[in-house]
Amino acid sequence: MTRTTNGSDLAVDVHGLVKHFGETRALDGVDLAVAEGTVHGVLGPNGAGKTTLVRCLATLLVPDAGRASVAGLDVVRQPASLRRAIGLTGQYASVDEKISGWENLYLIGRLLDLSRADARSRADALLERFSLTEAAHRPPRTYSGGMRRRLDLAASMIGRPRVLFLDEPTTGLDPRTRNEVWAEVRRLTREGTTVLLTTQYMEEAEHLAGALTVVDRGRVIAEGTVDGLKARVGGRTLEIRPADPGELHRLLGALAQSRAAGPAAPRADVAEGVVHVPVVSDAHLTDVVRLLAERGFALAGVGTHLPSLDEVFLALTGERTAPADTTAPATEEAAA
Amino acid sequence: MTTATATRSPAPAPVRDVGAPTPRDHLRHVGALVRRQALQAKGDPQSMMDALLMPIVFTLLFVYVFGGAIGADGDRDRYTDYLMPGMMAMTSIGIAMAVGTGLNEDLRTGVMDRFRALPIARSSVLVAKVVVELGRMLVAFAVLLLVGLAVGMDVDGRWAELGAAVALTALFGTSLLWIFMLLGLLLKSAQAIQGASFLALMPLQFGSSIFVPVETMPGWLEAFASVNPLSHAADAARGLMIGQGPVAQPVLWTLVWAVGLTAVTAPLAVRTFRRRT
Repeated sequence: MTRTTNGSDLAVDVHGLVKHFGETRALDGVDLAVAEGTVHGVLGPNGAGKTTLVRCLATLLVPDAGRASVAGLDVVRQPASLRRAIGLTGQYASVDEKISGWENLYLIGRLLDLSRADARSRADALLERFSLTEAAHRPPRTYSGGMRRRLDLAASMIGRPRVLFLDEPTTGLDPRTRNEVWAEVRRLTREGTTVLLTTQYMEEAEHLAGALTVVDRGRVIAEGTVDGLKARVGGRTLEIRPADPGELHRLLGALAQSRAAGPAAPRADVAEGVVHVPVVSDAHLTDVVRLLAERGFALAGVGTHLPSLDEVFLALTGERTAPADTTAPATEEAAA
Repeated sequence: MTTATATRSPAPAPVRDVGAPTPRDHLRHVGALVRRQALQAKGDPQSMMDALLMPIVFTLLFVYVFGGAIGADGDRDRYTDYLMPGMMAMTSIGIAMAVGTGLNEDLRTGVMDRFRALPIARSSVLVAKVVVELGRMLVAFAVLLLVGLAVGMDVDGRWAELGAAVALTALFGTSLLWIFMLLGLLLKSAQAIQGASFLALMPLQFGSSIFVPVETMPGWLEAFASVNPLSHAADAARGLMIGQGPVAQPVLWTLVWAVGLTAVTAPLAVRTFRRRT
């Protein structure tokens, strides 16, 4: 009933959450604070405990120790009320494939104790909003992947949730569909919904989340704003591919002599035929590109790339973390 | 549209701790889930065909091929009267056997996660399943009895007793639904359930009074058949429908079996379901 335990407006408040699966500690004392009305990203590799965390918060799993509240309601003591305040979209589309999209939404409305009329109008409105009106009376098995994910999101929005959990919402989606999902998430936050999002992609976190928590092996290994973490990890890298690979070193030399080199030294990758320039700001990026144009280098390709999750972990932990395909963390996530 | 939504965006209402769902909430939840299951069934007429095929084939086979030989004094129509009440029990088994399939599908996909994150009792999902399958049973009984009438069954004005027989068999069938629901939750795949059920059910179905009076069987089989709950259900329905032979005792036994099986398997099924989801 109280907004939060400590008076501030926290939509999600987690202290020392622990969850075991047999021998594995899927969550090993996780703390998390998500401010009302924000998008909070939980970033981590497969098996880091992201899904387990979301499932504990959505009352699908009972934690072994620690405490957690969502919208001011305790996940263990007040699950029934908490479920009215949340929406959940998991990694796998959780809609009934055999009944129509409209029936899916109507069903959830009724299960959320809306009157028949309210459930009906809510289903219509959400189908319209998610551009599914034309497909409303077809079963989701005839939908495309993106339509299915949109229906899934719509289903999570029926009860006008305060907090929406999105567990790897774009895993397995093509880029166009992924952008649709991103646009929808931004729209939801504009309307005041708090979103807790798990992802394996740095890019996704950068696009959507204001604040980030990085987890690995059931522990929080870093948290902060996206910009703050990027500063720690190293931000974007500009990749320049000269048309003539023989010019690689001349290009590197030109950069090194000018102020455009930036604080971190550019380096040449001869095998790949590219020069990597760590860029610290958009102005810096512009400077580098201007220099290349002024010196008249013929280029075959220019591109920026964000640090991959591997690089983020490398930077945050100072050591190579377990790759996603090691068996122990993988089974842990599957068990969740 | 977009602007309208953007300007509307009301601040979310403060969340109240409203507690667990009330009995009226439960009813509404089960109702909504029944609608879902019924729509699924409507979209899958094949499953109804499957449920009806065996009983109808057996009815035709036994009435036309064996009926003349089995029936008292070679009277085919009297054998039809003997057979049809028991065929209802057999039909209910066929439907109960298939009940685990849909349940496993729900567990495999993310649908159960969705339900579990909603403020409903998990048992609502099982109860809805039982209600819909019970409805399927009643439809199947109706079709079966129409086939029976077409091949010579004589109701002889005992419509009320026919209704009682249908109700009693449906009650018995409900207990079977819970058994197979439990099996469906304990066994991994739908195929495993159907394979295992088929093997276990052949002797139960034929070692009963559904097709022939147990007195005609050898002693050891008669002993088995007389305690077989399917015999009780068949005898009870038959006693009611044709008004011959003992009624009270088989009806009582059928009730005992139905209530007993449900009392044991329904809570176990709900518990297993909670644990698996």
